[in-house]
Amino acid sequence: MSVEIPDVKKSWPHAINAVTIGATSADGGTRTSTVTVGGETTLPFYHFEGEMPNRPIVAMEVWDVPAEDWADAVREPFADVLADPAAWAKACVEQHGAEAICLRLKGCDPNGANRSSEEAAEAAKAVAGAIGVPLIVWGCGNDDKDNEVFPVVAEALSGENCLLGTITEDSYKTLTAVATAYGHKLIAESPVDINMAKQINILALDVDFPAEDIVIFPSTGALGYGLEYVYSIMERLRIAGLKGDKVVAMPMLCDVGAEAWSVKEAKAPEEEVPGWGDVAVRGPLWEASTATVYLLAGADLLIMRHPEAVRLTKETIGRLMGGGAG
Amino acid sequence: MILIGERINAGFKDIANAIRIKDPTAVEKWAVAQAEAGATYLDVNIGAASRDPADMGWLVEVVQKAVPTKISVDSTKIEAIEAGLDAIDGRGVLINSTTADPGKLERIVPLAVKYDATLLGLAMDDRGSPQNVERRVENGAMVFMAAMEAGLPPERIILDPILMPIKFMQEQAPFVLEAIEQYTNLSDPPPHISVGLSNIGSKTTERGRIVRTFLVMAMAKGLDAAICNVCDEETIAAVATAELVLNKEIYSDSYVRAFRMRQGS
Repeated sequence: MSVEIPDVKKSWPHAINAVTIGATSADGGTRTSTVTVGGETTLPFYHFEGEMPNRPIVAMEVWDVPAEDWADAVREPFADVLADPAAWAKACVEQHGAEAICLRLKGCDPNGANRSSEEAAEAAKAVAGAIGVPLIVWGCGNDDKDNEVFPVVAEALSGENCLLGTITEDSYKTLTAVATAYGHKLIAESPVDINMAKQINILALDVDFPAEDIVIFPSTGALGYGLEYVYSIMERLRIAGLKGDKVVAMPMLCDVGAEAWSVKEAKAPEEEVPGWGDVAVRGPLWEASTATVYLLAGADLLIMRHPEAVRLTKETIGRLMGGGAG
Repeated sequence: MILIGERINAGFKDIANAIRIKDPTAVEKWAVAQAEAGATYLDVNIGAASRDPADMGWLVEVVQKAVPTKISVDSTKIEAIEAGLDAIDGRGVLINSTTADPGKLERIVPLAVKYDATLLGLAMDDRGSPQNVERRVENGAMVFMAAMEAGLPPERIILDPILMPIKFMQEQAPFVLEAIEQYTNLSDPPPHISVGLSNIGSKTTERGRIVRTFLVMAMAKGLDAAICNVCDEETIAAVATAELVLNKEIYSDSYVRAFRMRQGS
């Protein structure tokens, strides 16, 4: 007796926007490669149902200062280069297969090194010069300082079609204007809140920033730390986008490395937590597991830290895209 | 929500005059205003101002030059509908309308197939307007069946249960609400359901309130289309709010703005 399996395929009326980051000389930049994220016409990896034309991208995170508060296990692979963002970025690309670099301007934080806009721009130019892959530039998180720094950094990277972030409901006017003026794309951030994820996009669209140039950052939680809340928000955003809500039909970004490496499960050495196993193995696995869950939630762009976690995640992406390992 | 802009209709003096002297100005003005307000379709109707089907073709062409919005070709005369359909430049089009009268279905349903159009069917028949729920459902089902048999999928069928002025036929409004609910059971997914919204407020002093209150009540029953004054901001806001309440749209503080962005694009 045969059981008929019902056809559950759905046809979604709308596609997620495809966003290209980076510009080669043909488009006025100096990148040797670009990446395109998004463009899905179905849920993540539903290859039987629709198209997922662009594989999710793994970007690696680099700081403009030597990342002293990173856990030892994730500082160790970069020990030689932490003091030099350009060398650090180059190692990520050439040794660890980073498909883009996320330069986080932590050094500009007024509560930290409080570096100037010019210093930030110099670091950004040095990193851009050292690598051929596209660049993501992330502010220090202090709105006033970021609004001071970004105009200078964005101008220094003019034409490179970078992804800049983040804009929030409280602070978006400067960065949208700067991104428009110098030809960059934007990360729209909201605090694990679907309504605010939508609201920040509306605000950006209202000042005539194109929907096609926005990547959604719904905030990220590490495995064990609210990940399921973010997952359900990403799932709802993606379904709404596929159904035709153009205000949320954007690719999504997850800040995996920073979150995964902030929890004790990833960074506590074995001496402190006997029985948890070697942190050099455990940490990257925590980061890679977090990344995998977000891929299934619809993440198009992952920002990661540890080379081993990056390797595992790229392997997972290869398998999920149907291309086998790699 | 499918919003069909009602304003390019020769029942309005400026449009009747535009058709008579072939001056596109007023037509263009309303095409742009309704498109910007978020109309899904722009209804074009030459009404009693003209007996010449070519005037429908002219009206369609003027609207097409002004905006990219889809067009609703509105006439009770088949010749005028055909002239309108012939003038369509490849964009989406709605035939407004057929009735459940078999003679009419026989001629208009094939046009919807031929022109790849969406079809709006009124729950009327050769006996006139329906006066109860049963006749509305029977006639709606007649249109639905004829369209499905010809190969139109439910998403290309819009049923209209016939809304009447509350001032003169108050007992009819609950029947319309009931008929809407029953239409949603015709298929899965169901056909679209529309009303001529302005009718209910005809000759009343509180037209806007009556129209908007009926609209949200009908949306709760399954109404997902309306021929209406899309330039009325309060009506649009009511639709956007009802879609939120029905959980069809993700809440955001600027949800009315988001609704307009979505409708307008």
